[in-house]
Amino acid sequence: MKLRHLLLWSALGFILSCKNEVHLNKIEGQRISISDSIESKTDIEAFIKPFRERVTKDLDNVLAYASDTYSKTDGELNTAIGNFMADAVYLESNPIFKKRTGNSIDMVLLNHGGIRAIISKGNISARTAYEIMPFDNEVVIIAMKGIKVKELIRFLAERKRAHPISKLKLTLDQDYNISEASINGKSIDDSKTYYVATSDFLYEGGDRMTFFKPNEGVENLDYKLRNLFIDHFKKIDTLSPTIDNRFTRLKK
Amino acid sequence: MKRRTFLQQTTAAGTLIGLGGLTLSSFSAKTKKITILHTNDVHSHIDPFGPNDGRNANKGGVARRATLIENVRRENSNTLLLDAGDIFQGTPYFNYYGGELEFKLMSMLKYDLATIGNHDFDNSIDGLYAQLPNAKFDFVNANYDFSNTVLDTHIKPYKIFIKDGIKIGIFGLGIELEGLVNKKMYKETVYLDPIEKAQDMSRILKEDEQCDLIICLSHLGYNYKNSPNKVSDLVLARKTKDIDLIIGGHTHTFLKKPTIERNSNNENVLINQVGCYGLYVGRIDFYFESGKEKIANSRTIIV
Repeated sequence: MKLRHLLLWSALGFILSCKNEVHLNKIEGQRISISDSIESKTDIEAFIKPFRERVTKDLDNVLAYASDTYSKTDGELNTAIGNFMADAVYLESNPIFKKRTGNSIDMVLLNHGGIRAIISKGNISARTAYEIMPFDNEVVIIAMKGIKVKELIRFLAERKRAHPISKLKLTLDQDYNISEASINGKSIDDSKTYYVATSDFLYEGGDRMTFFKPNEGVENLDYKLRNLFIDHFKKIDTLSPTIDNRFTRLKK
Repeated sequence: MKRRTFLQQTTAAGTLIGLGGLTLSSFSAKTKKITILHTNDVHSHIDPFGPNDGRNANKGGVARRATLIENVRRENSNTLLLDAGDIFQGTPYFNYYGGELEFKLMSMLKYDLATIGNHDFDNSIDGLYAQLPNAKFDFVNANYDFSNTVLDTHIKPYKIFIKDGIKIGIFGLGIELEGLVNKKMYKETVYLDPIEKAQDMSRILKEDEQCDLIICLSHLGYNYKNSPNKVSDLVLARKTKDIDLIIGGHTHTFLKKPTIERNSNNENVLINQVGCYGLYVGRIDFYFESGKEKIANSRTIIV
């Protein structure tokens, strides 16, 4: 059957083998949906299984416990989840930065939009870190003069968003004007150099953060934010961050 | 059974374009059919989305795609399976295995050819190079100069397949990496003008190689509404000739059916892209008639 088929086709192929004797005369296009009505191919499924089990086991290994559910929508200018993330960046990055350069991180800035999921009450695993930070963004530390830090602060006041910060204290008046801004309990000195930790995404101008350039120098820690959170989860037992007064607006 | 239903639906919803001349051959002829299946921007989505996913619940999955592809191949052995890039990055599978699983599965599904997307550099050009032995299919790209990188000689500008005597030339195009990918990831890869390269490629494939069918695997993106001059698949289609089909990626554009665009010779070009994450597979069937004379512009397009 197959052989006859082949012979027939070969014969036709021979008859029609002269160049330029075929031409395209009809095209049909369609889109096929991959839905659960299509059976999974068993050998492919079997091949994936051990990989899936390994990843699942690893990602679902309990690292810490969240005492509540934390969402980036809870809070006006600072949120518990954002505070947790910015503080974790400070706590995990500062020892590395200090060891490498002898300097200390003065403040941390992340972006509100970069908090990609909630942290649900209950067990925390590496999967939690993949959920809140699926991107491969890395920690960078930028040396900035105080005058540029003031630009950063004006940006925060203008955007009125709960961009996560750590070590910077910022108070706005009821009209969103800067009332008080301080690092380490001191107001910002225009000519002093500050070390600001953020992500490479924001450093490159992500989320319209254009104030990082020009600067006095940049150090990339080659440390993914996601891995930083996983490392931090391993160190803590319970996660119970709170909304505090680091970034607030005065009420009447 | 389900496939049949689908075919009926698409035919009912479809449009038919007949261009001047004859749509039925007036001479005795034998039809040859080439089927192209394609994916793009699968982004390491190996498992189907879970039942609680807010957007794509229970959709996608490589093992299901495998079944579909096998069925199509059984129906027509003259089938090519192609991918338009961004195979990597999007699920922990990539973070864990660096693309090994993606390439091994695509090899098991018997992919014939792929091009490179910007996210395929996410583990750096060295990470991509390290995974190449797991891919039993080739990669094409015509507008990245890899001369001073580890990928030198490993990526060809185009590849030719012969199916049932039909000569099919497929070349690849990639997006500008600067600004999208960190330089330390793509290293000394040099981006060249995709339009110029496409013009070179279509000339080589049409005139020198005498291909019957020319396909471009593009990771340029479908269209940029806010910057219409930025090179995209629509721009590419208009500024080139002799390309029959552009299979796109990058912009995660879910086209319900292929777009028909006019090229610089005022001939039809098909552009297709199937969104992302392996939620869909695109299928294009090309029917060739053999006969003594070629009738210009006598092709029918049903989408």
